[in-house]
Amino acid sequence: MNKTTNTLDLRGVACPMNFVRAKLFLEQMEPGALLEVIIDQGDPLRHVPASLRTEGHEILAARPLESGFQLLVRRGAGA
Amino acid sequence: MSLSDHQIDRYLRQIILPEIGGRGQEKLLHSRILVVGAGGLGSPAALYLAAAGVGTLGLIDGDLVDRSNLQRQILHTSSRLGYPKVNSAKAVLSDINPEIEIKTYPFRLSAANALEIISQYDLVVDGTDNFPARYLINDACVLARKPMVHGSLLRWDGQVSVFWPGQGPCYRCLFPTPPPEGLLPTCQEAGVLGPVAGVIGSLQALEAIKVILTIGKPLVGRLLLFDGRQLTWDEVSLQRDPNCAVCGDHPTLTALREEATVNCSQV
Repeated sequence: MNKTTNTLDLRGVACPMNFVRAKLFLEQMEPGALLEVIIDQGDPLRHVPASLRTEGHEILAARPLESGFQLLVRRGAGA
Repeated sequence: MSLSDHQIDRYLRQIILPEIGGRGQEKLLHSRILVVGAGGLGSPAALYLAAAGVGTLGLIDGDLVDRSNLQRQILHTSSRLGYPKVNSAKAVLSDINPEIEIKTYPFRLSAANALEIISQYDLVVDGTDNFPARYLINDACVLARKPMVHGSLLRWDGQVSVFWPGQGPCYRCLFPTPPPEGLLPTCQEAGVLGPVAGVIGSLQALEAIKVILTIGKPLVGRLLLFDGRQLTWDEVSLQRDPNCAVCGDHPTLTALREEATVNCSQV
């Protein structure tokens, strides 16, 4: 499954641009498809997952990396 | 993804809005809006529409920038007195957003040119200040089946509505013919305060964007009345008139003609 999962590395991209990048990428995907998003710790981690949920996407998993944080996002039906 | 990095940057704050997103932004960039009148209403309307990335913005106005315009027509500046208003407007708008196309028509909209020009656009913003022009725009929009965002101003007050053929009433359903001359304010009475133009013209830009992107509830069949002194809003519900001369069930007005009302600027 992970072979076909796209990854969006948004480390170094500040809020709210990181969220918008992920949002635009998800918009182009089919509902239910998976996207791996890597963001920085701190503000991005506080804001991006919450904003993605508000948009109707699902955060399936989240794990810290050596640098940054990795989210597994399932595209929602509505967005 | 067809938005460039620059475009994502430029439109970031509206792309964030769930109702707009990347798709809505692309749709705006492909949309065509005509603003009739580059004056008190047309200034804020065109500024916001250009900034929002309406891909093709048409501006039609035959007037030159006059010192007495500057109190409310915020597209124009003291250094451009005497310039055609559409040129003055284009200078500002293309500086704000160089990536959109701004088409200028340095003449008055007339019965001879209205249909041809309006038919090239998705929507028309009425920023005119006189009844003959308002009826002409209304009739042309009905004949071409284009939504029209109406706005008008008087002293401290203003009104806004959306006349969308097939979706609701038109301006003639509301006022079948122009008011008789005695009822029109004289020049001396027809003062207007700049911020009132800003309020109404900004709402016209908002409604135009909503109609283009089919967001929310546009002001179709609703006339919004603004009282700037008391700072109150009233809303009047409007119905389509089946006997309307232009949009009724059996229209009698099937070609454009110009209403011969004398307006203040012609006196």
